[in-house]
Amino acid sequence: MAALTSVGETPLDAPAKRPPGMQAGRRRRLNIFRYVVFTVFGAFFLLPLLAMLRFSLEGANLGTWSVTAWKQIASYQGSGIPPLISSIEITLELAVITCAVMLVLLVPTMIWVQLRVRWLARTIEFLCLLPLTIPAIVLVVGLAEIYDRLQRLTLSALMLFWVYVILALPYAYRALAAGLGAIDVKTLSEAARSLGASWFTVMVRVIAPNMRQGILNAVLLTWSLVLGEFTIAYLLLYNNLQVELYSISRNTPNAGVLFATSFAVLLFAFALLLILSYAGRRRGIRG
Amino acid sequence: MAVAATTEAGARPARARRRPSAPAWAGTVPFFAYVAIFLLWPTGIVVVHALKNPNGAWAFSNIGELGNPLVRGYFLGSFKLCLLSSVAGAVLGAVLAYAVASGDPDGSIRRLYVAVSGVLAQFGGVTLAFAFLVLIGPVGLLFHASWYFEFPWGITLIYTYFQIPLMVLVFLPAIDGLKAQWREASENLGSSAWQYWRYVGGPLLAPAFLGAALLLFANALSAFATIEAWENQIAYVVPQQIQTAMSSEVGLSNVNVADLLALGMVIMVAIVMTAYALLQRRAARWLR
Amino acid sequence: MTSSPVTRTQDGAARTGVEVRMEELSRHYGPVVALDRLDLTLQPGELVALLGPSGCGKTTTLRLLAGLEDADSGRITVGGRDLTHVSAAKRDMGMVFQAYSLFPHMTVRQNVAFGLRLRKVGAAARDKRGLEMLDLVGLSTQADRYPHQLSGGQQQRVALARALAIEPQVLLLDEPLSALDAKVRAQLRDEIRRIQLEVGITTLFVTHDQEEALAIADRVGVMKEGRLEQLAPPTEVYSRPATPFVAEFVGLSNRLSGEVRGGSVIVRGCTLPLVEAATPDGQAVALVRPEAVTLAPHDTPESGPLAGTVIAVTFLGATSRVSVDLGDATVLAQLPTSEAATLPAGSRVTLTIRPDPVLVSADASPAAAGEDE
Repeated sequence: MAALTSVGETPLDAPAKRPPGMQAGRRRRLNIFRYVVFTVFGAFFLLPLLAMLRFSLEGANLGTWSVTAWKQIASYQGSGIPPLISSIEITLELAVITCAVMLVLLVPTMIWVQLRVRWLARTIEFLCLLPLTIPAIVLVVGLAEIYDRLQRLTLSALMLFWVYVILALPYAYRALAAGLGAIDVKTLSEAARSLGASWFTVMVRVIAPNMRQGILNAVLLTWSLVLGEFTIAYLLLYNNLQVELYSISRNTPNAGVLFATSFAVLLFAFALLLILSYAGRRRGIRG
Repeated sequence: MAVAATTEAGARPARARRRPSAPAWAGTVPFFAYVAIFLLWPTGIVVVHALKNPNGAWAFSNIGELGNPLVRGYFLGSFKLCLLSSVAGAVLGAVLAYAVASGDPDGSIRRLYVAVSGVLAQFGGVTLAFAFLVLIGPVGLLFHASWYFEFPWGITLIYTYFQIPLMVLVFLPAIDGLKAQWREASENLGSSAWQYWRYVGGPLLAPAFLGAALLLFANALSAFATIEAWENQIAYVVPQQIQTAMSSEVGLSNVNVADLLALGMVIMVAIVMTAYALLQRRAARWLR
Repeated sequence: MTSSPVTRTQDGAARTGVEVRMEELSRHYGPVVALDRLDLTLQPGELVALLGPSGCGKTTTLRLLAGLEDADSGRITVGGRDLTHVSAAKRDMGMVFQAYSLFPHMTVRQNVAFGLRLRKVGAAARDKRGLEMLDLVGLSTQADRYPHQLSGGQQQRVALARALAIEPQVLLLDEPLSALDAKVRAQLRDEIRRIQLEVGITTLFVTHDQEEALAIADRVGVMKEGRLEQLAPPTEVYSRPATPFVAEFVGLSNRLSGEVRGGSVIVRGCTLPLVEAATPDGQAVALVRPEAVTLAPHDTPESGPLAGTVIAVTFLGATSRVSVDLGDATVLAQLPTSEAATLPAGSRVTLTIRPDPVLVSADASPAAAGEDE
């Protein structure tokens, strides 16, 4: 699924002003509205998650509780398929590699373009957003033919990272662009240059550290994307986490370990996001 | 790079003899090369193969195959599913976004919902389909929804689950962009809440809303994992049919089916994304 | 907190407009008291400027009057009508905000006509009135432009036109010039005053810029921490400040130690009359305006309480500020630049203090000369 989050667009570090005082009646009505909305939507979002959690804690007989499924994650092996844990490993490694390559590819390029080659900015933006228009399912058709020639069966799933970086481009680009846009790149670089810094120093020691929030966002988005990627791995016959979960479901539909793993992945992503949200909180003068 | 100093007219600082250096754009070559190989090349392959016969000759008429009733059926299926889920997601997401935006900008509720939206918007595919299966499927914990395996109802519900958070993420900045002064000025001039939304708030948010809805549409269009996990025996939508085409020999006449369908998808998504971009520009002008 | 007699325009005609009366208004945000039983009455047709530092409550007062917030207690009466519990939309007031209040998706024309549209005024009448207002602010040629195509000053004019189009009873201005360039600010300030006089509408003007307040107001209300320190015509606020805070907030003040005796204060050998004749005898700190201090060069190294050395001269255009070291105190004097030019740093000078009435502060710690606000 082409997930189109734009955490980079949304201010995780929220707008600095606080809501102005309001007439009492209006504030009351607004608060009622808010609580109703949060409750209803909260329930809607929670129910499937709770169902998953409940199922992951299902015991041998229906209605009982047990943590077997969770304990099984490390050792689970479906009939005739590689163990779950290896696909988890592979996916995690893929995530790390993809993040690294994405950063190395995008961050210097974007900073460089901002500093020295402004006229290319639009082109870069277009290319980075292109994967939104060329969904994974389409890419895979073209890739299949390439990978075919490369005797894909002998390649480890880690080779997927080449494509994953592309998939991550739109989200990473937006996050980095937001981070870059929040600082005055031109002034900072001119100041550093006038003090004698080389272009490399400017990029690495002046600009990049100020983009920390944007970089964190981009990493997080890429990470989530890789953890959730199914389409390309599946169609190119590789075994990553989601594909593995899918096979398990096809063979043992009610395997609690399925839900335990999914839930764990979800919690992990959520924790990361929360940490990010608080880490990026704007320090300094409030309202 | 020598920094030219401003001096009196006519005087020029002596420059060090410059070694011929690479032009600045050379620094972007790695990026372009990467994108060319892993994005443009596969796409090119798809486009080219879609427009060629199996024997290698160009056949632009292949595009006509997209009008084939069978193919049309899949596109219609995609369209139905995407329309339903994006409208539902847009409207519900807008309501939720408004509730989030109208609170303390730094408060924990906002942080929570933004974080939750960030996670759930990505949460699709295999696990989401199973979660719903467990919730309202045949052995559902909550109840058994008889319509769960009916297309498009069950799958629309599932899609809506991740469309709403996506809407929140995309639309929230727009609502934040509604300045308090507009509301106050409007009130001060005599408007009721309804009049404010009708004449000021609504029109201002409309481009952003439509744009976001389009984004949701494109998102649903491209989705594959979720519906595949929901029901993989029958292909209802284009992505599923692409998969079938890729893994079987059965095709339509001489055409490379998978490539053609992929091309059709690209066209559809491209139209939607262009409209989205235009609307975003309009919204940005007002709400930044 | 003295009220003034009915105000009159330049040519003596009594103004139209309604009386605005705010009684015992209080407002707090949690533990913070924004307004503390404020009493403020605006005479029909007068322009009162509320002046004070951030957080003093001036904007809160305005917003309470506008109905954008509810007071915790107190009463608001406009033209005899009790508006305390009336919603903002029904108060019939026009408000100009600091910035960003024009609706960006409407043209200037549509913005100005918006209030009329809400009141179901017909298209033709709306148009006519709208153009009238745009004429008043001098922007009728821009009627079909969008706000983002106008400069800051122009936008504020449109905002003013929009506020006046509905013929409100009261005009409220919330720091309307703060977001503008200095030059535009001065121009627009005078225009606002001209228009206000022409229309004769009772106006409340909030600002943190004392120059603005002194320049255009009929009366100035200096506020501090939710209370009115003084409400009086500009000249009075400046030359007869009611409290030390006012003396130091409006204009500069030198703090010089002296002794109060029988209705005057003796500062460094000079006898100065007091603003408050009934001040008890004793040690005190006198607040002396820089323009009341004159300097004369002295060649011979004379000593005495009024002899000193020039430390620095700050060029301000037509006038200059000279700081003088008297040994045990530093004094600021404001002189015409031509005079100050003859007194470079290091020259010996003798001070003269003009006998303007001064305020004394009970605070017996003479610091350096008061700071700019």
